[in-house]
Formats: sequence, C-alpha cells, structure tokens
Amino acid sequence: MNFITIGQNILKLTAKYWDKFLITGLGYTLALAAITVVVGAVLGSLIALMRMSKIPPLRWIATVYTEIIRGTPMLLQLYVFYFGLPQLIPFLNRKQFLCVAIALVCNSAAYVSEIIRSGIQAVDIGQTEAARSLGMSQRLTMTEIILPQAIKNILPALGNEFIMIVKDTSLASTFFIGDLMTQSLLIRGKTYLTMEPLIMVAVIYFVVTFLLSKLLAVFERRLRRGDIR
Amino acid sequence: MATSDKLIQVRDLKKYYNDGAIKALDGVTVDINKGDVMVVIGPSGGGKSTFLRSLNLLEQPTSGQIIFEGVDITRKKDDNGKKLDIDLHRQKMGMVFQHFNLFPHKTILQNMTLAPMKVKGLPQAEAEAKAMELLGRVGLADRAGAYPIQLSGGQKQRVAIVRALAMEPDVMLFDEPTSALDPEMVGEVLDVMRTLANSGMTMVVVTHEMGFAREVGNRVLFMSEGKLVEEGAPDTLFNHPQSPRLQDFLSKVL
Repeated sequence: MNFITIGQNILKLTAKYWDKFLITGLGYTLALAAITVVVGAVLGSLIALMRMSKIPPLRWIATVYTEIIRGTPMLLQLYVFYFGLPQLIPFLNRKQFLCVAIALVCNSAAYVSEIIRSGIQAVDIGQTEAARSLGMSQRLTMTEIILPQAIKNILPALGNEFIMIVKDTSLASTFFIGDLMTQSLLIRGKTYLTMEPLIMVAVIYFVVTFLLSKLLAVFERRLRRGDIR
Repeated sequence: MATSDKLIQVRDLKKYYNDGAIKALDGVTVDINKGDVMVVIGPSGGGKSTFLRSLNLLEQPTSGQIIFEGVDITRKKDDNGKKLDIDLHRQKMGMVFQHFNLFPHKTILQNMTLAPMKVKGLPQAEAEAKAMELLGRVGLADRAGAYPIQLSGGQKQRVAIVRALAMEPDVMLFDEPTSALDPEMVGEVLDVMRTLANSGMTMVVVTHEMGFAREVGNRVLFMSEGKLVEEGAPDTLFNHPQSPRLQDFLSKVL
C-alpha cells in the first residue's frame, strides 16, 4: 500500500465527487439519523412508560418488544423490515428509504426506552416518597421531581445512543439507499479504488460524531450546574 | 375521651411479606390523639418504620384499618362508591425521613413552596412568605436561595421539617429523623422537634433517641417483631418496664 498515492487519490476523488456523492451521502445519513433520533426518542419514551405501567399487558408488550429488538442483529431487523413491511403495508412498496428509516426507528426506540427507564428508576425512591407524602399526585411527582433528575442520568447515555445511530445508519447501505456508506460503494464501483473512498467517508463519520459528542458535553455541563457547590 | 380527640385510629394493622412468611406488622391497634407526641421505640426490624410509613400509606398494609380524621384511608372507596383520594389526606400528614429527601434540583425556597403552590394552589408570593417565615423559625432564612447540597445534614433535616410544615399538616410523622446525622448535628434537629411539640403539634416519632423520648414524648410505644408490646407514659415505661423484651431492650440502649 502506497500512502502517498492513496493521499493523492483521496484529494482527487474528494475534489471530483465532493458535491455529487459526499454531500448527498451526508444529507441522507443525517436525515436518516435525525428521523431515527427524534421518532425513536418519542417512541422510546412511550415504551419506557409502558414498561413502568401499572397495567400488566402493557408491561408485557413493551418487555417482549425490547427483548426481541435487543436480542436480534440489527442487520437482520433491516432485512425483515425492508422485505416485510411492503408486503404488510402496500403503501411502502418501493419506498426503500422509509422502510429502512422505520427499521432504524424501531431498533433505536427499544434502546432509548431502556435508557429512559433505567434513568427514571435510578432516581432515589426517597424522592418519590417525599413528594407523595407532601400530597403531590403521581403525575406531579413525575413531572416536577423525578423527570428533572432522571434527565441527568438519561442524557449522557442518550447521547451515546445518538452517536451510535449516526454510525448504524451505515448499515442502510446494504440496500443502497444513498447514505454516506452507499456513496463510498458507488465511488469504489466507478474508480476501482477500495481504501480511498472508505477513508473519505470514515473522516466524515468521525467529524460528525465528534461534533455531536462535543455538543452533548455542553448540554451535560449545563444540566450539572445545580450540583456544583 | 371523645372521638373527636382521636386523630388517627389504627385497628389491627398487618403488613405481611411473602404471603405471610415475614410479618413486618402483626396486628397493631392504637389511637393517636390530638396533641400527642408519640415516640415509637424498639429493636431494628421490629416494625417501627413500617408502622409509621403505613400511617400515610407509603406502605400499603395487608389488612387492618387506619382511620384518619374519621375517614378509613385503607378503603379504596367509601360507602357511596366515591374513590378515596389519598393525596388529599397526605396533605394533612407531614413526613420527615431519615435521609431528608430534599429535592436536589430545587432551591431550599422552591423545596418549600412547590407543594403549597402546586397542590394547594397557593399564590407564589403567599407560599414564599410562609416559607420564609418557617425558615426564619429554624434559623435558615439566609439559606433560602441555596441548593440542598450546600447544606449540612442538620440544616437539611431542619429544612425537611419546615417543608412538611409548609403544608400545614395536622400531624407530623418522623422516621428516624436523626439517625443519618453526625452526632454534633442531632441536637439542632431535636431542638426544632421539641419546639414543635411544645407548640401543640401532634407527632409520631420513630427514634433511637431515648433522651428525646423521655423528655418530649407524652406516650411511648415499644414495638418488637411487628407487635405493639408495651405502651405507656415515658416515666412508667422507662423506669418500670413490664415485659421481658422491653427490659432486655432497655438494658442494651440505656
């Protein structure tokens, strides 16, 4: 492997394919990640509530769901959703991007629900008892006392999950839906170069996740302000 | 004594775990009268805390009745089929915990005004004025803007007491309020409790502070193995214990 040649090739490829492949790919990747993060977080919160519900069937459904999602490979889930969803819902026929997005959302929701549930349950039970003993309702206790404290447990783990999602969207390239990884495959097909396109998208993935982790660190510091003496 | 003097009537209260394998409370019957300062003593695991926590249903009893201000709060519905709102009754029962349980994300003032504002619907200005007055009473008015983490253990417990008082309860429940404190801070908390007792507040206190039980309490309950073993005025109970179990307990703690 000649590093100088590789370096020169990367510069050339970057110049040539910058907007057509890399920007497009980054757009798809970020769109996929954003959809997964937002919808996954909403769905994950709902599943977390179901898991902590007083109604047993809701609890069972949520538990079975998270266990299945956590216990099977993500690539397999993508295949199942990609081929299964259009058969189940004709509307999704040939809407590959949407199928993959739904698969990612369903996967992420399971992990997010576990993060939220453990974050809420990590808040000292004494906090609930103190609030309830003051006559506060269960709902008020949750919104005023438990959630503001649980956020501090949840946010770092949620940040990790978000970064994982950005990287996991690369699995979508299995179905050539246009994300960064897909673009690297396309460039490889055009140029017969293997390492160069991989290194190029690797750099982009790294920059995106690095910026994201720095951003989350800022949020975390803000949340911790109340803890400082 | 007239019924109206009875604030809480506890009838054959039982709390079983594991289908009765563990009997945390095994049939406790006692009346708590208005103005009582009832101190509950006994060995660890004897059911003192379970008893206290049952009074405001933080523990759901297995059977038995708790009649608070004439209402059996262990019944989910009354005779007219109306659902019991336990939150309403809990407002009238202040509770102080061993580990303070102040809300760490709120300032001392917010800790005190939260429930009066959100539960009772008091206007902010009124709630704050009331909170400041109470904080002043325990010498902590200057810490109103601080967060709980900035306070010492004794200060936290004093705040916890006035936080409960801010709801203007009819009875105050204390669950080992000095057990988690450094020895030099026990006094300041007991002082607040003594003042409260002298003001006529009905109090139920689970504690290991025998000096407090003797000096401030007007009734002492001795609980062991989930049962109310002996009850009496402090002098009688401490100086002339009847049951062997109480004699044994006192020989160890006095």
